[in-house]
Amino acid sequence: MSVAGTQSGWDSFATVAQTKRALEARQVSAEELARHYLARAEILNPTLNAFITLDPERTLAEARAADARRARGEDGEAAPLLGVPVAHKDIYLIEGWRTTCGSRMLANFVAPYTASVVESMTRAGMVTLGKLNMDEFAMGSSNETSYFGPVRNPFDLNRVPGGSSGGSAAAVAAGLAPATTGTDTGGSIRQPAMFCNLTGLKPTYGICSRYGIIAFASSLDQAGPFARTAEDCALLLNAMAGHDPRDATSLERPREDYTRRLEEPLAGLRIGLPREFFGEGVDSGVLAAVEGALEVYRALGATTVEISLPNVKYSVPAYYVVAPAEASSNLSRFDGVRYGHRAAEYDDLLDMYKRTRAEGFGAEVKRRILIGTYVLSHGYYDAYYLQAGKLRRLIAEDFKRAYAECDVVMGPTAPETAFAFGAKSDDPVKMYLNDIFTICANLTGQPALSHPCGVDAQGQAVGLQIIGNYLDEARMLAIAHRFQQATDWHMRRPALEPMRASMAGGAA
Amino acid sequence: MSAAGIPRGWEVVIGLETHVQLTTRSKIFSGASTAFGAAPNTQVAFVDAALPGTLPVMNRGAVERAIRFGLAIGANVRRRSIMARKNYFYPDLPKGYQISQYEAPIVEGGAITFTLADGTTKAVRLVRAHLEEDAGKSVHDLVPNVSGVDLNRAGTPLLEIVTEPCLASAEEAVAYARALHGLVRWLDICDGNLQEGSFRCDVNVSVRRAGEAKLGTRREIKNLNSFRFIEQAIAAEVRWQIAELEDGRPIVQATVLFDPASGETRAMRSKEEAMDYRYFPDPDLPPLVVTEAEVEAMRAALPELPEAKRLRYVTELGLPAYDAAQLVTDRAMAEYFEAVLAAGAEAKPAANWLLGEVAAALNCEEKSIEACPVTPAQLAGLLARISDGTISHKIGKTVFEALWQGEAASADAVIEARGLEQITDAGAIEKIVDEVLARSATQIADYRAGKEKALMSIVGQVMKASGGKANPQQVNEIIRRRLANGG
Amino acid sequence: MSLSSNDIERIAHLARIAVTPSDVHDVEAKLTGIFRLIEEMRAVDTQGVAPMTHGLDMTLALRPDAVTEPDRREALLANAPASEAGHFLVPKVIE
Repeated sequence: MSVAGTQSGWDSFATVAQTKRALEARQVSAEELARHYLARAEILNPTLNAFITLDPERTLAEARAADARRARGEDGEAAPLLGVPVAHKDIYLIEGWRTTCGSRMLANFVAPYTASVVESMTRAGMVTLGKLNMDEFAMGSSNETSYFGPVRNPFDLNRVPGGSSGGSAAAVAAGLAPATTGTDTGGSIRQPAMFCNLTGLKPTYGICSRYGIIAFASSLDQAGPFARTAEDCALLLNAMAGHDPRDATSLERPREDYTRRLEEPLAGLRIGLPREFFGEGVDSGVLAAVEGALEVYRALGATTVEISLPNVKYSVPAYYVVAPAEASSNLSRFDGVRYGHRAAEYDDLLDMYKRTRAEGFGAEVKRRILIGTYVLSHGYYDAYYLQAGKLRRLIAEDFKRAYAECDVVMGPTAPETAFAFGAKSDDPVKMYLNDIFTICANLTGQPALSHPCGVDAQGQAVGLQIIGNYLDEARMLAIAHRFQQATDWHMRRPALEPMRASMAGGAA
Repeated sequence: MSAAGIPRGWEVVIGLETHVQLTTRSKIFSGASTAFGAAPNTQVAFVDAALPGTLPVMNRGAVERAIRFGLAIGANVRRRSIMARKNYFYPDLPKGYQISQYEAPIVEGGAITFTLADGTTKAVRLVRAHLEEDAGKSVHDLVPNVSGVDLNRAGTPLLEIVTEPCLASAEEAVAYARALHGLVRWLDICDGNLQEGSFRCDVNVSVRRAGEAKLGTRREIKNLNSFRFIEQAIAAEVRWQIAELEDGRPIVQATVLFDPASGETRAMRSKEEAMDYRYFPDPDLPPLVVTEAEVEAMRAALPELPEAKRLRYVTELGLPAYDAAQLVTDRAMAEYFEAVLAAGAEAKPAANWLLGEVAAALNCEEKSIEACPVTPAQLAGLLARISDGTISHKIGKTVFEALWQGEAASADAVIEARGLEQITDAGAIEKIVDEVLARSATQIADYRAGKEKALMSIVGQVMKASGGKANPQQVNEIIRRRLANGG
Repeated sequence: MSLSSNDIERIAHLARIAVTPSDVHDVEAKLTGIFRLIEEMRAVDTQGVAPMTHGLDMTLALRPDAVTEPDRREALLANAPASEAGHFLVPKVIE
């Protein structure tokens, strides 16, 4: 008997693929799985703080409905993930669920409709376990800006899980769910995936509908999955992707099976290594792990070529114009009029607005709104927002040139591994630079994923980022899958025993 | 004072921004209904209320209407235009920004021709016409010190049509507004309902000393929803601005409201601070691209436009300029007119009757031409009887009245049923004349003494005695002959 | 570049966020740091470069003009901080 919640004999760290097979073989029911993970969350969540909202009754009702669907023979093609539990970042609206976006502003907001991605995952049969903690309005790289408190990294409770999808990463890492959803505006899936030793994918912009996902920066936001393996991410992306007429930026294209290339060999794969991703500022432990991973890839038949992305160095500044500008406008709707927080006391309408927003938003969100307001304000648009838009083009052209020489680009996901709480929270610039390698894919709209590739001297997980050409997700997932078949970094589990022991003592 | 009511030595410069509500069934970015008059907040989709996570999806019907307008005024219809966000806080603006167009509007340039009362025509150059969404409505006094917000109107599609500042008087401004109003209804892109706010004008007014090259500082009169208010508001604003300048007080740029009760304009309090709208392209809405084929298909489907009709009425039908202009202020009126002609009537009497009797009767009962109880064929039948002398113009009015009341199916039926046919038989008229003369000794004496008026009195009595049916010309001639003969 | 207290007050007003006098200094310091980072990109020569918003060149998809939405008033007002007689309530709006 190991960690709490495993009385059922179910392995909390089972992959989505394994869970799917077990359900199909009727070795376990959706309800048993839901009960298993809910029980485990009850014990571990008070320490990890990965979930903001759990609603066991709803979850169990969904699970029983999934079992009923299977009993009626509604499994198979139409519902390939029938009964597989999933938890959603609390940025996705789900009808009847409180949806907070990690903010006091929405602490009591109950969604009256469901995000398209969640709808589509539900159609695929997945059962919602709960809503996951996150940086407030997805603004942060450490999950320290959440109104609901920080999430702890299951591999080291003194370290951050990354952000903004910190709860999503911690939940899978701790075996509280086989898979979760996140959103990635500047690295918010890939960086926490690295910090928590997971595989996380940000698809091409427009692959997953943004309808029902609370907008941070509309031209950068993209939904994506967290799981232990690339194969799981492919299964999840199958359930998440698809054209949605409710999102005018959703790509209209035929459905794609993202698992179809998983078994392709890597021989002949050309990997581009941008010298800008291996220079100064990258921790030596991170570099060493990445180099090790590249050796594995070469051994699997890939070749590497050094490339240059000269404009990528402007990613962070361009991002800190575009993202705050769009956010400042997107967050104007939180005005205390129709929903969300409203200040208890105010003199008049103007005062109501100002107090409501001062109270409802945390410091980081307010900072970004102010930056965005400034760069869009009269006389500054050309110098900032327009210039940033032009740099996006230049960065995209760098990549376009690179793809003449290589099939995918690889490098470290982040320049350093999970850091301690408070290490950067007082210096926004330091925090922002943690996203230096992830941001470019959001600016260009390309797909990118992070997969575990080793550990540093402190034993902290290192992630390898694969950036691919537009719509090349299936190949990228196949590349990561072959790597994971040859290695077992992604199988590392956190040592939760001591924690469980202390918890169990308390709970007894 | 000049004819236009502008004091000598001053010039007025006026530009209009008109918000035209487009006739789509659903809103510009959501599938909620645009129907007027529903209970508060019952036509509000989650998108319209700006719920978190919602996204706008553009209505094809709104885009098509904007293009139709652009084509009709000879403007450049941009093949690629950009939706932008205009950021400001207001309780009736749920997103905290209005989706509008800024740098690349769908329609650029173009011109609209209007006709003044004296029959002269002028063309107004347009700067642009852009698509945008309407805001909701704040309702006051629901609860003391509190306003209520109704979002039914939020997201209703608007086309904002902006002129160059090139109108020189209130009269011109109103004539332009009427021409625009006629055109958007003509194109079936707006119902033109002023009371319901489907057609609202913001008027920019500035004044300068005659001969001055530089424009004066302008003030913007917001939200005028009647032609009479446009006229009154401009007049009041011009008076005020000139008085201020003559008293040595410079004009300060401002947004003002017109109060019809006092007949004055006053600056709005809420717009005092300089606005900084932070426009930027809406990242939720990629560029709006229309293809050559789409534009050409819409061009081919355009009806004959009022300006073309107006010119044709003048050159081909020989109508006076003013009459032609009046007939094309309303597409239904023009269509009615053409139907009357198609039924055999001549242009001039048809136009006279339409702009005279018919318009007056419609006006009296507040009916639109579409609801006119007299059909074009009936009117043509009536005109035929007047022109062939079966009835007089005056009896014609009686017949028209009968047709309006639905008394009979045609003018001929009315004439027959009521025995209104004109008496042209000389013998019959002579008989009546003789009877009247027999009892008109005084008038005859007066006439012979040189009082021409006395003759009119005798004619009147003869007409009366004939029940209005005697041919007035014949009556006249017979009386003169009788009196000249000394009879 | 650095932002002045006046800049902070101006943009905070535009953004409708109350910033107390004691906050202004901290906000000013942090924003100045961030703008130092942002400034790096301003010097880049981008003449003739078309700005990009979405990676794959997208054009606007249009939907047919049809009424598809039911009355949602009850659901909308359920989350409202203040409502009455079918309206959202706000402090008096002055025009």
